[in-house]
Amino acid sequence: MADELSKRDQRWQIRIRDLHKSFAAQQVLRGIDLDIERGKINIIIGGSGQGKSVFMKHLMGLLSPDRGHIFVDGQDIIGLGDVAIAKVQRKFGMVFQYAALFDSLNVVENIAFPLLERYRLPKKEVLERVRDLLERLDLARVPGIEQKYPAELSGGMRKRVGLARALVDRPEILLYDEPTTGLDPIATRNVDEMIRRTADDFGVTSVVISHDMASTFRIADRIAMLYEGVIIASGERREVMAAPHPVLKEFVETSGAVHFGGRAS
Amino acid sequence: MTASPAPPSPQTAPPELAPGRRFHPFALAVRAFAPLPGAVALFGEHVILLLRATLWLFRRPFRLRLFFDQMEFVGVGSLPIIMLVGFFTGAVTALQAILALSLFEQQRYVGFGVGISLARELAPVFTALMITARAGSGMATELASMKITEQVDALTTFAVNPVHYLVTPRLVASAVMLPVMCMVFNVVGLVGCYVVSVISYEIDFGQVLALFRHGVDPIDYIEGILKAFCFGVTMATCACYQGLNVRGGAREVGLATTRAVVSTSVTVLVLDYFLIEIMNVFFPYGGL
Repeated sequence: MADELSKRDQRWQIRIRDLHKSFAAQQVLRGIDLDIERGKINIIIGGSGQGKSVFMKHLMGLLSPDRGHIFVDGQDIIGLGDVAIAKVQRKFGMVFQYAALFDSLNVVENIAFPLLERYRLPKKEVLERVRDLLERLDLARVPGIEQKYPAELSGGMRKRVGLARALVDRPEILLYDEPTTGLDPIATRNVDEMIRRTADDFGVTSVVISHDMASTFRIADRIAMLYEGVIIASGERREVMAAPHPVLKEFVETSGAVHFGGRAS
Repeated sequence: MTASPAPPSPQTAPPELAPGRRFHPFALAVRAFAPLPGAVALFGEHVILLLRATLWLFRRPFRLRLFFDQMEFVGVGSLPIIMLVGFFTGAVTALQAILALSLFEQQRYVGFGVGISLARELAPVFTALMITARAGSGMATELASMKITEQVDALTTFAVNPVHYLVTPRLVASAVMLPVMCMVFNVVGLVGCYVVSVISYEIDFGQVLALFRHGVDPIDYIEGILKAFCFGVTMATCACYQGLNVRGGAREVGLATTRAVVSTSVTVLVLDYFLIEIMNVFFPYGGL
């Protein structure tokens, strides 16, 4: 079993087995088993306080579990040293809930930050890569965008700049932490399209943490539900819809986005 | 024959305490010292942060721009307030000294009195308090805001250590710029003293200067500069600790800033006492 997991799999990019994590007496993750499919949009849903963000931080090696394994392209990242984990982290890009742009840096400096910190590239090349991303993410048409500071941007624009910063080092895996929280329905749809387009255009594996069911059913290739520290349902969207777990069914129907046996909104 | 009262069983409730004495003295002592372990742990966390920031100073990349940005913020940005406070501190001290010295007709000692007060005590302590109010509070607010908006987490995702990127430059800038600002305070304070004593009270400048040069040694300034260095390290550590350990929202950012200013100010005044005791051993005051 361990031999099979420690080989690079064509289909599964990240394989998580028996992941446990506690904070003091509070057990947050109670044995997570999950596979993340390469090049697809994998959405992990769950209510507030179910451990979604803690789980995501484990994927990037920002937190160490009490027990369990995370295989990224066949390499177990648990227990790796600083240098080795930094190498693995370069495969990841993360888009934060509220973008988490650096207030003291302008748009260009924010997007270029990972490149300037990790490599010694000529300024011209860095600027070219930043401008290419601004173009591809529809930001270049905003007048003076390069010199604007985060406080001068709208919520949607901040998200796109955050995405550009996550993409600039050409990651293989993109993590989104509740990307549609706090957005109006139109901005939510735009962010959904942005995630879909990014997955298609850049060929990245997307892992999205969300409790927005409408968005989930609009863009997900695969869905997993995290409930009380374990994955209670996972699979392709159609499989999950066809035979929903009772908790998932209740969660989804309460959101009003989908009625099983009915239609998606 | 009446039966003797039965001995109290182990389950019997203890007799009630007299009115007004709700606690046993030992219980009171335990309660009084209850915060002690927490305070020791807090002190330890500050020391650990200081050590980590110092160790990161010697690791690549060095990010000189961040150091200069912080030096500008802590030093150049604080220049107007330091000059203003320094001038009036020198002037007020001179005024009070002249009033006291006039009892003995010895107003010419004003330069010596003000000079030594500024060099050994007033300049380092007032500089630390002023820069804490301006730059220390700014550091705590900035880091706390970065923490609650996940900017600190974002740094980690780019494999950048937050202590290396955020704390080390602030620590170095404070440790370098507080002594510099302390010297500015000294110079401007002496100008204030000159204005009051020579221009306003028409005390002979030659005598004021001669007694100043006779009584104030370079060692007094070195003592003040060493104190300012220690206060700079204290300020940056307290401010960064409070900023990076905030949890919650805007209210907690405000509270973190308040805690940073209060803890730094109190620590500076307490530390000042111990520094004087230590420095008296190494640099005993020679007097006139």
